[in-house]
Order: sequence, then C-alpha cells, then structure tokens
Amino acid sequence: MKHLLSIADLGADGIADLLTLTDSFVEISSRSIPKVPVLRGKTVASLFFEDSTRTRLSFETAARRLSADVISFSVSTSSLNKGESVRDTVETIEAMGVDALVVRHGCAGVPQQITSWFEGSVINAGDGWHEHPTQALLDTYTIRQHRGSLRGLRVLIVGDVKHSRVARSNMEAFTMLGASVTLVAPGTLLPPNTKSWPVETSHDLDACLGDADIVYLLRMQQERQEDALVPSLREYATDFGLDRGRMARLSPDALVMHPGPMNRGVEIAADVVEDPRCVVIDQVRNGVPVRMAVLFLLLGSNSHLAEAHSGEPDETGRPKGSRIDA
Amino acid sequence: MHELVIRGGTVVDADGVRRADVVVGADGTIAAVGENLSGGRVLEAAGCYVTPGFVDLHTHLRQPGREEAETIETGSRAAALGGYTAVVAMPNTEPTIDSASVVREVLELGKPALCDVYTSAAITIGRQGDRLTPMAELSRLGVRFFTDDGDGVQDDRLMRRALEYAAGLGVMIAQHCEVSALSEGGFMHEGEWSSRLGIPGQPAEAEELMVMRDIALSRLTGARMHFQHLSTKGSVEMVRAARQGGLAITAEATTHHFTLTDEAVASYDPVYKVHPPLRTEIDRVAIGRALGEGTIEAIATDHAPHARSAKELPFDQAPPGMLGLETALPLALTELELELTELVERMSGGPARIAGIDDVHGGPIRKGRVANLCIFDPEHTWTADGAAMASKSANTPYQGRELRGRVRHTVVSGEPVVIDGELQR
Repeated sequence: MKHLLSIADLGADGIADLLTLTDSFVEISSRSIPKVPVLRGKTVASLFFEDSTRTRLSFETAARRLSADVISFSVSTSSLNKGESVRDTVETIEAMGVDALVVRHGCAGVPQQITSWFEGSVINAGDGWHEHPTQALLDTYTIRQHRGSLRGLRVLIVGDVKHSRVARSNMEAFTMLGASVTLVAPGTLLPPNTKSWPVETSHDLDACLGDADIVYLLRMQQERQEDALVPSLREYATDFGLDRGRMARLSPDALVMHPGPMNRGVEIAADVVEDPRCVVIDQVRNGVPVRMAVLFLLLGSNSHLAEAHSGEPDETGRPKGSRIDA
Repeated sequence: MHELVIRGGTVVDADGVRRADVVVGADGTIAAVGENLSGGRVLEAAGCYVTPGFVDLHTHLRQPGREEAETIETGSRAAALGGYTAVVAMPNTEPTIDSASVVREVLELGKPALCDVYTSAAITIGRQGDRLTPMAELSRLGVRFFTDDGDGVQDDRLMRRALEYAAGLGVMIAQHCEVSALSEGGFMHEGEWSSRLGIPGQPAEAEELMVMRDIALSRLTGARMHFQHLSTKGSVEMVRAARQGGLAITAEATTHHFTLTDEAVASYDPVYKVHPPLRTEIDRVAIGRALGEGTIEAIATDHAPHARSAKELPFDQAPPGMLGLETALPLALTELELELTELVERMSGGPARIAGIDDVHGGPIRKGRVANLCIFDPEHTWTADGAAMASKSANTPYQGRELRGRVRHTVVSGEPVVIDGELQR
C-alpha cells in the first residue's frame, strides 16, 4: 500500500492488520524512551491547509518516535491564499526530498489530487467532509481495547454527519469490522442521499439509545445554527445532546466517544465527560501509536520492525531505544 | 477566392441523404449540387458525409479578459476543427459583454477568425441580475441572443420584463436555469455521489425550479425563450409538456450531459466540474432521449476553456467548465441513437434557427446558399488528447478516450479553413 486516502484503501483485513501492528507501537510508546529507529533517514512532511493542532501534533509525534525527520508546513487559509496552487506547494516540498506527506485540507479530494503530483506516500489527515481515516483507525483501536471486537456492536453516530469526515470514515470502518451503525441526526444534518450506505438512519436519539454499545458524538459547530440547519444549539442539545439523563439509560459497558474538540453543553454535557464510560482521552492516547503504525506500514519494512521488537542492535550497532535524534 | 468541388461524398441535410458533389463558387456560395461535378480545387469526400456546418449556441471564447485560457482566434480554430462554421460567444467575459463597446470589440476580433463568430450579450448589466442591458442598441449591432450564462436571472419580475422587452425586438432570451439560493455552495450534483465523496452538492431542483418559473413566464408574456444546457430528467419533462402546450420554447443540451455522469467526480479531478453539474445515469439517458425525439433541438458544447493551473485547484475551488468543440461530433455520432438527418439537424439546423442565423447557417445545401459546410468521416478513429487540441486550454473530460468520427474538411463562407483535418491558416 502506498497511500492512505480512505478507509476503503485498507479494507477489513487491512484494518485488522493495522490494529495488530498498533499493539507493537503501544508497547513501544510505553517504554522509557519511546523511540525506535525504523524510519531513520525518512522524511515526513505535514502539510496542513486547515488548522488542526491536535492531529498535526499526533502525526509529528508519531513520525519522531519512528526516528523520521519531520518538516512542518502550515498554509494559511486566509482568503488571500485561497487560490494558491496546491501543486506548487507540493512540488516545492517534494524538491526538498520528502518520503511522505500528511495532508489536511478543507476541500474533499485534495490528498487524492496530490498523489498525481508527488512521488512519495500521501496520508489523508482529513479532507473536507470526505474522510479522516486515521481518526477512524484510532477510534476502532479504542473500541477494540475496551470491547475486544467490533463484531455485533451497535454503534450510534450522533450529530452533524453531513459535514463530518469523521462520520464517513468511521461508518466505513465500523461496518467493515462487523458493527451495525445508525446515523442519528435531524434531517438537515444527514447527507442528502445515504441509500447506498450500509447504515440505518434515525432522527430520534432516545429511541436508539437503549441498546447502543457505542455512542459516537460529533462536534456541533456554531455555524450550523447560523446557516439555519438547526433552529438553535439549545434545541439541538435538548434533542441530540448526551446528558446525564440519557447517560443513565445507556448500558454499563457502553462507550461514549468524541473526536474532539468537544462543545460541552451542546453535544455532550460536562458531567458526561467525567463518566468512566467516556473514553475520549483513550482516543487521544491511541492516536500516536495508530499513526506510528500507519507511517510504518507505508514507509517501513518488516525487517526493521522485527529488529525493533527483538531489541537487537540496529545497523548502527547500538541497542534499540538508545538513539535520541537531534 | 477559388472554386472548390467537394467530390465523392454523401450530402446530408434537411432535404435528406443523397450521393452528390458540391461545387462552391468564387463568391463563397454553393454553385451546384449534383453527381459527377468538377471544377476548381478538389476536396476529396469519398466515405464522408457532407453536411451544413455545425453551429454552437454555447461557446466560451474568454476574450476579452481571460486570454490565458482562450482567445476568439484559438477558440475559432477549435471550432473549425470540430466542423463548426458558426459559434455564439457567451457574455461572461471580463468585462461582461453588456455594452455596445464590448460587443463591437468582440465582433471586430471575430472578423479574422476561422469561423463566423456571433456574440450573445448579457440580459442584465454585469450579469448582476439588477438592470437590463441596452438590448435595443445591442440588437442593432447584430446581437440576437441574450443570456446571463453562468447565472440565471433570479428576479421573477426582471425576468418577465426581459422577456417582454426582447419579444418586441425579435431577439432571443436564453436562460441558464439555476436558482442560486438552492445551488450556492454546491460544486457537483447533489445525490448519492456527492454524499459519498463529501463534496457539497446542488440539487436537480435548483435547475428545475427555474425551468418551471420560466415556462410560467413564457406563458404569461407570450414570449419565446430558450433553455441552455438542460441537464435533468425533470427539466426535460417540463419542456416537453410546455412545447406540447404550444409555448415557443426551445432547448439545448451539451455533449457532456449525454455522455458523462456524476460518478466521474469520484476521481476528484476538477476536469469533471461543470455547471450545471454532471447528473445521474437516469438524467443522462433522459437528455439523450430528448435529443432523439426533438424536445431538445440543439446539441451545444458549452466549450469552457480553463488554464491548467485553474483546473489543478481543489475541486471545490476550481472553476467549472470543460472543452467541447473538438469532441462534439464523434460523441453525438456514437453516444446518441439519432438518424443522420436528425444528427445534422441537432448540430446545425436547430441551433442556427435558435440563434437567428439560419439565413446563412444550418443548411440546406442548395444552390445559392452561403457555403458553410462540414465534411466528416464517420469511421475515422482517433484518441482525444487535450494537449493536441487547437484550443488554448486542454481541459477535456475525454482525455485518452478513443473516439469515432472526425471532421475532414470545414468550409466557411466558401473558404476551406480545414482540409484533411489540418487548419489552413
């Protein structure tokens, strides 16, 4: 596999393999020096046309822990730069000698477009409303950690599905691994046509809540109110927000998830965040090893990983974990 | 100018299909049509059809203002290679074609072009939808076709006035049907594919609501009008009913709307971005049928050149539009189930009447008519390649596709501007 643009690129087996690979990197992350030289000499560039400190930090941390060099590009999204050529930017970065590009863009499809201008690997770190595959992978990993498997689980994805790349990637990944997914939102926040999607849809959270195993809440943005997609955030919170009352009706081993950043008091009540069933912090924690696994899958070779695990010296003759890059 | 004889071909026009040679006189008119004619320079036409030159109701020549994408000259070269002897330039230039001075400039630039260049003008100043352009003044300069193409006229009352005023002048009002309140912020057809791809969509109803309103306004005013680039099944059904009800409504459809669907956007390649957007398979089939039955009387190209850099923007940000002049004929030949005479009617006779230029274009091929002719080989296969096209831009959605049917010669006002597929100047 050369690029990771969408969950479909991996397929069910690919996801399963990647989650297994992630176990190794979780173990490495728990070491006192959580670093392995498996991508030494490789350069990973993050190219973010849209601000996202969390995702960028997570990817860059993952790359550094694999001993890759990291270049960070931030392209302002001011209206002045709106028409700037993505191709020019990409070709400039390529000329610096980069093996992988981690791309975030506000428009769907940009990572795919970039693959025709860039020799190396392209990783989609979120494109418009389209996909955010590494988020889905870390979510899937988190669910697997808590529930063992996704097979047979009933997942609700609640909120602004229409504008959500997270929802599209997660819907794909969850159903591939055998979960059943229901999208729960007011009519204005569902995509216009989901006939071919392997999901149910509902406009009634309370009707779905009782037998849910996972409640995946999406971020509800202020601008949806301004665009008349909901009459008010208050009304949205009343019907679709996860509050203490709804929490009480969830089963004891259910999980509450959110891709962050959370709007407390809108899609999630502040005290729900404190509930042990809310695993948001695990999602964040799993982000780094999952992204290590993705980078390794695209750029590394298995012999490197075997070395990292055996604790044998790498080609520099030093034991694993002894290198700290500059 | 020398005499020409187009020899060995099969003439196809409104009079029918027959084996005939065509002699073009030194004055640029047809001197004779018949068997075994001779005289002057010979254009070999064995195995070819000899038809009235094609007429494109919908060409973006980009001049003035966007000469990096196309000029009137380069656009006319593309037209000639595509078998077109006349094009109607769209007014969404910079500045807009909405005043006598810009109309004069375009007509002046069109004089040395390789086909007849007619220009439309905007319905409203700057295509802003607020005030009518000086239609009477512009019609006296020769403008017969008014459109705000790129946008529909949103205001109901202003649209009514435009129809009433134009009717008095005997000029055509043509509408780009799109209710902007529904389409704004959408970059492809809204449906299964837009939902999956995460690209904001514009619903078919954005087009259909304006078709519906304009049919009502046509009934109200009694004015004739023309619908540009219809793209949905719903639009076709309304236009069919309105025509059956006796309204003077005509319509065009583009080659891409009967050959491509929104599934093509899955590549995220902005070469497939166009307005109105590529629709569903159901719509594509409906457009083809409407061209077959004549509900839609004209095949148009909506030839819309864009510089490479513009089509390398993210899909949402890239400008809409695709090339069409050099690929229309083979697509109409192979993708529609039309009789030859019907095909020629949709490519030439129909659009010539709608543009009000059927005195010199659109056939039939008879003695005394101006010699605007297309001679094409229906079996010649070739591979579409944007870089090899005469257009200044290369944004063809058919890149790499094998096409059957190619223009061999094009004769404009008696001058052979294309001979054996080569431009002559």
